[in-house]
Amino acid sequence: MSIDLSQFIPSFLEESFEGLELMESSLLTLEAGDNETIHSIFRAAHSIKGGAGTFGFIKVTDFTHLVETLLDEMRDGRRKIVQSDVEILLDSVDCIRLLIETARDGEDCQDEKIANTSALLAETLGEKQPDIVTTSSVDNSQSNEVLNESSNLNQWGISFLPKHQLVQTGNDPLLLFNALADFGELIVQADTDELPPLTEMNSEELYLSWQLQLSSDCTEQDIIEVFEWVEDECELIITEKKEIDESRVVTEKIEPSADTKLSNPNINDSQTTNSVPETTPVVTQKTTANISTADKNNADKAPSKKADVGSIRVGVDKVDSLINLVGELVITQSMLSELGNDFDVSKVERLKSGLEQLLQNTKELQESVMRIRMLPISFAFNRFPRLIHDLSKKTGKSIELIIKGEQTELDKTVMEQIGDPLVHLVRNAADHGIESGEVRLANGKPEQGTITLNAYHQGGNIVIEINDDGGGINRQAVLNKAIEKGIVEPNASLSDSQVFDLLFEPGFSTAKEVSDISGRGVGMDVVKRNIQALGGRIQVDSEEGKGSTFKVHLPLTLAILDGQLVRVGSQVYIIPLISIVESLQVQKKSINRVSGDMILYRLREDNVPVLPVYQLFNLEAINKELINALLVVVEADGQKVGLMVDDLLAQQQVVIKSLKDNYQQVDGISGATILGDGSVAMILDIPGMINIALTQAKNAQKFLEQETA
Amino acid sequence: MDIQALVGEIPEQGEYNLEGIDFITSGEQYLTFMLGNEQYAVDILCVEEIRSWELPTIIPNAPDYVKGVINMRGIIVPIIDLRQKFNITKAIYNETTVVIVLTIETEEHHRTIGFVVDAVSDVLNAEKNEVKPAPAFGGCIGQKFITGLVNVGEKVVTLLNVEALQEIEPHKIN
Repeated sequence: MSIDLSQFIPSFLEESFEGLELMESSLLTLEAGDNETIHSIFRAAHSIKGGAGTFGFIKVTDFTHLVETLLDEMRDGRRKIVQSDVEILLDSVDCIRLLIETARDGEDCQDEKIANTSALLAETLGEKQPDIVTTSSVDNSQSNEVLNESSNLNQWGISFLPKHQLVQTGNDPLLLFNALADFGELIVQADTDELPPLTEMNSEELYLSWQLQLSSDCTEQDIIEVFEWVEDECELIITEKKEIDESRVVTEKIEPSADTKLSNPNINDSQTTNSVPETTPVVTQKTTANISTADKNNADKAPSKKADVGSIRVGVDKVDSLINLVGELVITQSMLSELGNDFDVSKVERLKSGLEQLLQNTKELQESVMRIRMLPISFAFNRFPRLIHDLSKKTGKSIELIIKGEQTELDKTVMEQIGDPLVHLVRNAADHGIESGEVRLANGKPEQGTITLNAYHQGGNIVIEINDDGGGINRQAVLNKAIEKGIVEPNASLSDSQVFDLLFEPGFSTAKEVSDISGRGVGMDVVKRNIQALGGRIQVDSEEGKGSTFKVHLPLTLAILDGQLVRVGSQVYIIPLISIVESLQVQKKSINRVSGDMILYRLREDNVPVLPVYQLFNLEAINKELINALLVVVEADGQKVGLMVDDLLAQQQVVIKSLKDNYQQVDGISGATILGDGSVAMILDIPGMINIALTQAKNAQKFLEQETA
Repeated sequence: MDIQALVGEIPEQGEYNLEGIDFITSGEQYLTFMLGNEQYAVDILCVEEIRSWELPTIIPNAPDYVKGVINMRGIIVPIIDLRQKFNITKAIYNETTVVIVLTIETEEHHRTIGFVVDAVSDVLNAEKNEVKPAPAFGGCIGQKFITGLVNVGEKVVTLLNVEALQEIEPHKIN
């Protein structure tokens, strides 16, 4: 009875949010007469209501009760499933989520939306079913309760006079009082009159009796239930005092003993008898314990701070495979240590195979551990059906959403941070990409537009595609806009991808011309920045009149990076594999020098500028000639460059460590890692390196201009 | 045995014979080291460890005195050559060249940086009143780095401010 419920609140919250998601997605697919779906929605609502009740989130309980009533009618077939009701239910889901969140944070939710929705719910319940007007009026009063938080507390006076042998049967009065305290504010007063002198006391008997004051909205039955187990072993008198106003409750808190006198004549006697023998060594004590709800509130608030830590639900199979691997690792370890006990040259072969096995185990263990952080991308995709539903209602366009590859797994941290950029992209696609129905018909397309979300693995990365079959991006309009803004020189020749990249320029397309170029670019710079902060990149493909595709490439995890080790002079650097396009041996005939100093390398159709890493980083070079070097072609921000390095070494996964902790951010370097031999290697930041190169080139030009002037 | 008699035998504080043990003191303790022929010292509580010199990994475009970073038990620790930072002597790396790793923990950050010095010499005890302010006449070390001077026999030891030492000006790309 005295279990600390607050420890279960995090699981309740988790389950509730899952339940809400289920409700939302089921509501979107709800069709009339679909019993299974409506049952599952009802079940979800029901468990939220039950859970909220257990933890005392009264507002959540009351609100969910309305929703449940409506769902119940739908379930029984008493009410037809119509779109308007589904809309209300969808709004209710939002409200419940809001209520749970505020309850979690220990705040008081005053959102108008909740009042409106609950009024709407009550109205719906009332108007269409005249025969349940009574229930709806109850609902009304309940929803009012939610809003005003005016509760009618009853004042209960309980005299609990246990027989002396109560504790011998294993009952503890403290547990009973804790159970009572769960109903509301409890004032406990122990009566120690019957305490015999110490010499006569039997340590196994109970000599105390209690006077309790309980202010709660519970019924008499509830209280009797608490004392159910001790019924036969005590004298229990329960008196009710109706409708105590707040001020009264306060005075009672201050002077509890005075009040007990009024409520119970028994105690009057005992007190008067008490006051006489005051000189006896056994001094009568009135212990007043105030088990108020105050510390319950504290307990409620405590986990809300912890809630930020977050938790992961891991499939049992993943944990099992982890345990298996650890088992294997232990076996390998014991084998190796046995081998080391009396080692001689003849055992080298066995040592080698043992080490091989260790390598294998470690690798698999690492992968398994990383897999624990991996969640299917459906967690991020789940919110889109609702988003599209709302958007198509708002814009009046009919849009179908197709989701593919929901089971593709992604690191939890990446997932949390990619959600908002994806929402932005999808909203853009629905808002600006898809044309209105008439335009689509006129262009010979089906009236209903389609947005496709797709996720798949490619190499060590995950690719998320957002595709729409809308009007596409008007290349010329984008270009004109960029020229007008001074981002691009008027006569510059740009490739398609370079033009589309302009959409991600900060402040691009905030003007009226937005509609001309289908409005892309609002906040797109933020989208791009977020994706880059995750170590990913975004790519745009578009064909006018046919639609556009945004491809987001992301690393699977933030803690570990797939890297290509390269050597420059005496230093080893790591190039993230995600940014490498290809690595090649330099062919003499493909090297072109232009404008004096700049080296371009002809890579099929492209001319790729060559950046010697030793120059960028001011290193002592062993080899300065391009012809003896290797070229790693990397891409960042749609710009391809060739990094000139001396040697390609292994490809491996590296653990990223920050340089900022003990040093500072270094241009061109995204972090450091520790290699197998214990030495430190820097991880290259490709966009940063391109920036260094540009700055260096500008400085050199300035220097030249000064020279000539 | 008479307890009272035993109590009488317990020496009072300070009565112990502490010959050769000079670490019990009310003053501060400093680790002294050499830069060229001059002696310097830092607060001993900041000293994480003393390492022999090893070639670090270069940080691109860093100032000359930042030699690079090393791996100290999984932590990436930058290495600064104090001789170059203060322009005191030529930076020569030989057997006695050591790296003093200093850690400072403030509310905002926890910083660990290694400093290359010519040699580590001794632990110095100095009472508060023994620390004299440094005269502000020239020298190649900025005033902000110096907390004071302590006389040791005929020689003088310069106490350095670790927090100021750990500040690194941002890089500039040339």
